[in-house]
Amino acid sequence: MTIFIPTPLRQFAAGKETITVNAATVAAALDELTQAHPDLRRHLFTGEGKVRAFVNVYLNDEDVRYLPEKDATKVSPADTLSIIPSIAGGTFA
Amino acid sequence: MATTTASTELPELTIDDLQRYSRHLLLPEVGEEGQRRLKAARVLCVGTGGLGSPLALYLAAAGVGTLGLVDFDVVDSSNLQRQIIHSTADIGRKKLDSAEEKLKALNPALNVVKHETRLSSANALDILKDYDVVADGTDNFPTRYLVNDACVLLGKPNAYGSIFRFEGQASVFAAENGPCYRCLYPEPPPPGLVPSCAEGGVLGILPGLVGVIQATEVIKLILGKGEPLVGRLLLVDALNMRFRELRLRRNPECPVCGAHPTVTNLIDYEQFCGIAPAAKEEQAVKNGIPQVSVQELKRRMDAGEDVFVLDVREPFEYQIANIGGKLIPQNDVPQRLAEIDRDREIVVQCKSGGRSQRIAEFLKQAGYPNVSNLAGGILAWSDQIDPKVPKY
Repeated sequence: MTIFIPTPLRQFAAGKETITVNAATVAAALDELTQAHPDLRRHLFTGEGKVRAFVNVYLNDEDVRYLPEKDATKVSPADTLSIIPSIAGGTFA
Repeated sequence: MATTTASTELPELTIDDLQRYSRHLLLPEVGEEGQRRLKAARVLCVGTGGLGSPLALYLAAAGVGTLGLVDFDVVDSSNLQRQIIHSTADIGRKKLDSAEEKLKALNPALNVVKHETRLSSANALDILKDYDVVADGTDNFPTRYLVNDACVLLGKPNAYGSIFRFEGQASVFAAENGPCYRCLYPEPPPPGLVPSCAEGGVLGILPGLVGVIQATEVIKLILGKGEPLVGRLLLVDALNMRFRELRLRRNPECPVCGAHPTVTNLIDYEQFCGIAPAAKEEQAVKNGIPQVSVQELKRRMDAGEDVFVLDVREPFEYQIANIGGKLIPQNDVPQRLAEIDRDREIVVQCKSGGRSQRIAEFLKQAGYPNVSNLAGGILAWSDQIDPKVPKY
């Protein structure tokens, strides 16, 4: 499956926009991703291994938190996984 | 929201209006009634920067009757790459005055309400309550959570946009039955983990693209037409010119819009975002001299605080790069104390923080009550605040 890496996190993924992994579930895909790019782990997961509160992971267009099987959901090579962190560009007003 | 005003209560269109808005009147989705709804509408633009510029200009052009603007900043030349409501001649002017002038020139019938303040927990509900729709163009975490919570508490829809480098996000939050920003992100990232545009840069056109999406959503909300971006997050990738859409759901456990909200009043958003009490930085003291980080100095300067930056490098260094401090080379300081105001807060700055620390200690001994040292000097400023400041 294809994983979309958002701009702010690309510096932790060798600058890549997308990364292809061969995994059976969402959790396995994220695991494979962060094993290949260990710096991403700290940005995506808390110390207890939970996805951080300011990062959302979408399987295709659906939030993984709202899938019945959550990150145990099975994935196919045609699926996409999007990592969407909160972004803020500006200064205070 | 469009259904709340009966068409009989809407303002009439003048002859001038009929001419000016003829291309709108031809659209069945707008028509005369829609144009009257726009004329009656009150929209609050938080910020008149990158997102706020196109947003306010298009809303003014479209015939929105009242436009509230919140800003306290002044125009800087580095704004002009994207903040198209301001011109070169406006550098140094208040953004509110510059924006009002352009908006009134575009549409003299527009009623502009200027709120010259930083939106805060103390004033947000009072400012927002008079508007029908809010468009948050400030794009920083504390204001975003503040605007979100205030919109939820007041029941006002919020056309949201955010940008970073070549990427943008847009959605409509706090609409009836729709999710809010906290449903999407219950908590902000810790400071420093997500870079801002001042650190990461932004393509000047991108806020135009995203601000116009926000403006489109505002207009649709006023008209009550089309399919608003409620429950959808639009992702804009300008580099590859791809638009994607993700589904957003209302979180039943959302702390502000959920079934059992824990946030029922506005809170301290800078603290919530880990920014406000610069506790760690204040504690950093070297030989009795507080060490100020470049972020802290920038924040204070942006907030308009009275800080006297004393640059103790040599003139040739100042010529290469400076951050606007008063130049008195270190060896001249003892003879030029008269030029350094004892009553002001003094931040001493050099290239990397060594010379300035010694001068700060000297000033303290000379009886200056409020002296601190800029940790890391102008090199840290170049690294962390403004890469345009050359390193040498």
